[in-house]
Amino acid sequence: MLDTLILSRIQFAANISFHILFPAITIALGWFLFYFKLRFNLSGDPIWMRAYRFWVKVFALTFAIGVVTGITMSFQFGTNWPGYMETVGNIAGPLLGYEVLTAFFLEATFLGIMLFGINRVPAKIHTLATFIVALGTSISAFWILSLNSWMHTPAGYEMIDGVAHVTSWLEVIFNPSFPYRFSHMMVASGLTASFLIAGISAYRILRGDAKRAPKLTLKTALTVACVLGPLQMIIGDMHGLNTLEHQPQKVAAMEGVWQTEKNVPLLLFAIPDEAAKKNHFELKIPNMASLILTHKIDGEIKGLNEFEGNHPPVAPVFWGFRIMVGLGLLMIFVAWFSRIKLWKSEHLSPWNLKVLFAMSFSGWVATLAGWYVTEIGRQPELVTGILTVKDAATDIAPANVGLSLSLYLIVYAILMVAYLHTVFLMARGAVEIEEVSYEEVRKSNMQHENSDEVNHV
Amino acid sequence: MFSAETLAVIFVGLMGLSIFLYAILDGYDLGVGILLPLENQQQSDNMIASIGPFWDANETWLVLAIGVLLIAFPSAHSFILKELYIPVAVLLIALILRGVAFDFRMKAAFSHRPTWDKAFKVGSLLAALSQGYMLGMYIMGFEYSWQSTAFSLLSAVGVAAAYSYIGACWLVMKSEGELQKKATKWARKAGRFSFLGVLAVSVVNPLINASVYERWFSLPNMILLLPMPAFCFVLFLIVDRLLKRMPFQDDVSCWIPFVGAIMIFFLCFNGLAFSFFPDIVPGKITIWQAAAAPASLSFILWGALVVIPCILAYTCYSYRVFWGKTKELKYY
Repeated sequence: MLDTLILSRIQFAANISFHILFPAITIALGWFLFYFKLRFNLSGDPIWMRAYRFWVKVFALTFAIGVVTGITMSFQFGTNWPGYMETVGNIAGPLLGYEVLTAFFLEATFLGIMLFGINRVPAKIHTLATFIVALGTSISAFWILSLNSWMHTPAGYEMIDGVAHVTSWLEVIFNPSFPYRFSHMMVASGLTASFLIAGISAYRILRGDAKRAPKLTLKTALTVACVLGPLQMIIGDMHGLNTLEHQPQKVAAMEGVWQTEKNVPLLLFAIPDEAAKKNHFELKIPNMASLILTHKIDGEIKGLNEFEGNHPPVAPVFWGFRIMVGLGLLMIFVAWFSRIKLWKSEHLSPWNLKVLFAMSFSGWVATLAGWYVTEIGRQPELVTGILTVKDAATDIAPANVGLSLSLYLIVYAILMVAYLHTVFLMARGAVEIEEVSYEEVRKSNMQHENSDEVNHV
Repeated sequence: MFSAETLAVIFVGLMGLSIFLYAILDGYDLGVGILLPLENQQQSDNMIASIGPFWDANETWLVLAIGVLLIAFPSAHSFILKELYIPVAVLLIALILRGVAFDFRMKAAFSHRPTWDKAFKVGSLLAALSQGYMLGMYIMGFEYSWQSTAFSLLSAVGVAAAYSYIGACWLVMKSEGELQKKATKWARKAGRFSFLGVLAVSVVNPLINASVYERWFSLPNMILLLPMPAFCFVLFLIVDRLLKRMPFQDDVSCWIPFVGAIMIFFLCFNGLAFSFFPDIVPGKITIWQAAAAPASLSFILWGALVVIPCILAYTCYSYRVFWGKTKELKYY
């Protein structure tokens, strides 16, 4: 029989994993929409409005699932992890509160105007609403990543009678790992959205969509991916160095280093064996891990032996890291390869399109793998040096948690099928619609000239 | 700045405001969901269109309410949510179902629309019922007995009726023609059920809680408080009479039932708040025992004082943008 602790952990992991998939798209997709709207305003070319109208529907659907699955999170702190709020509530509470106050209301209210208000507000206000929705999603990410980072690298607090009290809010919010984690997540969202846009656009072209819109969005998304991919590598490297400084046991697990040593090789493949405290079937590049982590060939890396009984489970962290990095490299390669092809010939070959289509949701896999590395990597602690996961757990009956967990899993499975099904259905629907007509161009030119008035008609 | 005692009162006020706004705002859109006529596609579309631009922001008040409870009264948050574990899980699943059904019904294959409509209706109903059940358990001080279960079930039905009532009044204001006539009938029926519900809760609550009885039926409180239930009754009556004669020429006063329902909600909410203040968990924990550290509360208070007026302002703006009768809900 599974106990309450493990069931609560599975439930939290399931909820947060399912939830993050949707913000991972919408954070950046919001900015894409703003860009499309801006290009339309500047050029008056209705093709940008076409792109906007298709992707705003995907945005709305994704956003809705993100919102409703996010609500469950705010309840779970109380239902399943009472010790968390009792110990660090003075810090977690206000940060979550600011997220609700400065982000949730903003995005939710202006989303209504953005989705349904285009004929009811002046064009400029609609563009502003699009901007505010994008800004809202980013502000939301700011607060939640600040709190998450604080759990990894707490700062600006003191412990009084076992409860954390704040000494400096600036140090709490901008704690040591926050800048890296925040930029890493923002760029991850950028890549996730780029590959989704590229993938769905490729899918439309493969289905015989000869219109300008999918070509345009494909090109835009690939360009963004080409820039963000390498940028993510640099940020990831900086984030890794920061982790090495604050959570060396996590890095040791990521690299599969059992003994503290110099000239550590980079393991491309290995099967970590926690019982024997070593790896099997190592495939390695000599000195490479030392070089990456310390920027010196003979740099010393602390091994797991220094954290006996207090380090995370090695295999999931080790493998999560390899999946994330491997996928990241593949994304960079595919993005650059496809973009250069597109630059040279204006068309992509069918198999190239198929690859992009297959990678539509590659950002999801990489993002999840990355989060598993960082969150499993902080085990057995919940808040570094303050609270262990075990001490935060609830004492309610396992049957209750089992019931709620089963309900969530069923609903999530249905939602995932429905979501994927619907996104591709919308893409197929977009294949059928007509190319931008002469009438549409004329109307949009008129709008462009005296944009504020005509929009009401 | 403020003392710990004052901060606790301010935050319980803030939480009260969020809960009250949630009950009205998500109340009407859950009510619209409960009333959804599955057999009439056109009317379903119009009804959902009337709440389309708002439901997401409406639901955010729940997140704020639970957030304030979490921030300001962490031990009460843990206590209440642990006691209500299963109804909370049901509520969350119901809100998920309803929220996504809203989008899927328009975007998924046309043949699936009736299924998503059903999910929308069931989700709305379940959410209302579970909230009512939780309210009942809360009033009963989380006691486990058959009386308390029976009372909570009654409260569940009462809240579902009240949401249908305010939802129907919303539709009377936002719709026209056949749908408006239908909404008028729903509003009258739901109004009567709500009245019975309010009556039942008002009678049972003081009977089972000695301290509540003491508060309401001692002099001079009794005389001072009498206008509250009396006014509530009069409001129900006025709205019902008005609905009977609706619609009027040019649809004048179509907004009165909705405002009347809001006032009824306001009175009931105050009645409950008066019954329990300053307890955050009735008979067990007061707001001062549960309050978080003053430094943390001050930090969030300054932000809230700046941000909440902005939220109210742009919420009003959004209602102004979508003012008037709902036509068709369309992207672009």
